[in-house]
Amino acid sequence: MTPFIRHCGIAAPLPVSNIDTDQIVPKQFLKTVERRGLKAGLFYDQRYAADGSPLPGFVLDRAPWSEATILVAGDNFGCGSSREHAAWALTDFGIRCVISSRIADIFFNNSVNNGLLPITVPPELLARLMAIAEAGEALCVDLEACVITHGGDIFPFTIDDRIRTRLLMGLDPIGEALAQDGAIDAVERRLATMMPWLPHPAEEEPHAA
Amino acid sequence: MKVQPLMDPARTLYDKIWDAHATPLGDSGDSLLYIDLHLLHEISSPQAFAGLRGAGHPIRRPERTLAVFDHNIPTSGQALGLAGVEDEEARTQLATLDRNASDAGIEAFRMGDPRNGIVHVVGPEQGRTQPGMTIVCGDSHTSTHGAFGALAHGIGTSDVEHVLATQTLRTRKSRNMRVRFEGPLGPLVGAKDLALAMIAEIGTGGGTGAVIEYVGTAVSALSMEGRMTLCNMTIEAGARAGLIAPDEKTFAYLAGRPAAPRKDEWDAALAFWRTLASDADASFDDELTIDVSRLAPQVSWGTSPEDVIAIDGAIPDPARIADPDQRASKAQALDYMGLRAGEPIAGVAIDRVFIGSCTNSRIEDLRAAADIVRGRRVPSTVRALVVPGSGLVRAQAEAEGLDSIFQAAGLEWREPGCSMCLGMNPDRLSPGERCASTSNRNFEGRQGRGGRTHLMSPAMAAAAAVTGRITDVRTLAR
Repeated sequence: MTPFIRHCGIAAPLPVSNIDTDQIVPKQFLKTVERRGLKAGLFYDQRYAADGSPLPGFVLDRAPWSEATILVAGDNFGCGSSREHAAWALTDFGIRCVISSRIADIFFNNSVNNGLLPITVPPELLARLMAIAEAGEALCVDLEACVITHGGDIFPFTIDDRIRTRLLMGLDPIGEALAQDGAIDAVERRLATMMPWLPHPAEEEPHAA
Repeated sequence: MKVQPLMDPARTLYDKIWDAHATPLGDSGDSLLYIDLHLLHEISSPQAFAGLRGAGHPIRRPERTLAVFDHNIPTSGQALGLAGVEDEEARTQLATLDRNASDAGIEAFRMGDPRNGIVHVVGPEQGRTQPGMTIVCGDSHTSTHGAFGALAHGIGTSDVEHVLATQTLRTRKSRNMRVRFEGPLGPLVGAKDLALAMIAEIGTGGGTGAVIEYVGTAVSALSMEGRMTLCNMTIEAGARAGLIAPDEKTFAYLAGRPAAPRKDEWDAALAFWRTLASDADASFDDELTIDVSRLAPQVSWGTSPEDVIAIDGAIPDPARIADPDQRASKAQALDYMGLRAGEPIAGVAIDRVFIGSCTNSRIEDLRAAADIVRGRRVPSTVRALVVPGSGLVRAQAEAEGLDSIFQAAGLEWREPGCSMCLGMNPDRLSPGERCASTSNRNFEGRQGRGGRTHLMSPAMAAAAAVTGRITDVRTLAR
């Protein structure tokens, strides 16, 4: 996973609340067996007509936001379906960071798993950042210092330390978990005592025919 | 002076399941939550298997994993298997799961197998979903399984890969929230109405970061099917999971199911399951009580599951919303839906009806719908689909003659799958078509680009089918 330390870029405004993952990437793009190439589906229904011809006017298709690497979005961004394709489509487009006053839980986790930094800020700060994005200006996000900067303005933000560390270091979560194999074994043994009727691996199968 | 030993602190049901399954992940501050059952489907798993192959990670517990084929599959011709899937991309994705499951030694219910169906119908139906377990699936509606007192989380594909490799989910503990539904429900008012009313009250972000435990007389009175509907919709309130403590109804539902504990283990299982309730003095971070004794059937009017009113209500005016983003969203929703503020929702003409989805495709849902359409007729301007949740639900409905009732009334009787809930298969809305739907999401384009979805209960969707309009089902009561 690509670490996130500090990033500056154009911020695109999406001043609408409850943007769901069906909007971020609609169903027809979920049939892929790949993680890449999903930018083709990003906000598809707002960017393309039913016949595939481009629709004018969507923010990510207009300068300077066509170069955006940060999204500033209305409340409760990423709600709905668990499709990780939403995070893949955003990163494939080049988005590194999403800022909203609330980010839905599953989308938040999917973002972290893909090195896409999710930041939640109070509504007043979101309004200020939205105005900067609407003016077509860049923001800098410094995850080490936990600040967003714009010109001389410095806006601190908070993020769970554990999430921050994972993103700063670009850690591989499966590798980390496998390093704790002994602890997983211990829970597995405890649960086998608690619910012995659940299936066990073939070699220790209690219901062997 | 002698120091008194500390009492065990009172715990919620969520706390108890968490404590049994979680272990700290080194000094990361996160926990690894051991997963008792992992359900797979074709959409959210291919990249996970590819990731495992790339990294050379074996699958830790294939025997705790079950694969079904549901999101993409057509709802006719399933006996043909993959050859019957016309969409090439869908066929590739289905074939990929087929191969991945075979290679990994994971049990799979394939297309045409009567046990196959919507993942959240199949798990409980097979008795795989049991109280006190942890369950994950790469699908947000995994919250459904909480109806049995199981902690069930929807996850993304990276986490599917993580669970396959480690049998654990890396996570943090959520907040404890309790929602109490009090009062007897009126006739033809049910679990879907409870869920929609709650989401209207707390919003689609109202449960963010929380696990919601449902309690109260109205919840105890629900059947297992109803409880699944309520827990299913919990994700639409933004919560991490929904939970209902198991009771005699839960145990009776499980008894005799294929994967339920065997005779010699049943008593031990029952004894364990009976411990699964929140302690009387356990504290919750958030609490909400909803009096449902006067609740009317609920209907959505907009493009978010929080845009809900009672069937006798009028469409709200976005101009009255103070928050500018929220005002803009709701105005856009009305425009998309082709409705006007102040208009009564009852009487709005519909083009399509969808009875199905992981929310409402179980036998009780089909019985409720059949009871309304029996002896009535769908107008020629309306096309209505009934899609059972699994092959076994379909067989049960046919044994009860429900298929004949639906077909005599002019509704199409289909084979199981997710179907028009998300329109990944050929069942979808055309632009501008208005649909009375028992599914869970009325998002823009969800059931087909430009399609207009009104969420409601199976009885209400049946009433819409036979009247061609959004109708108060209570006026059609037998």
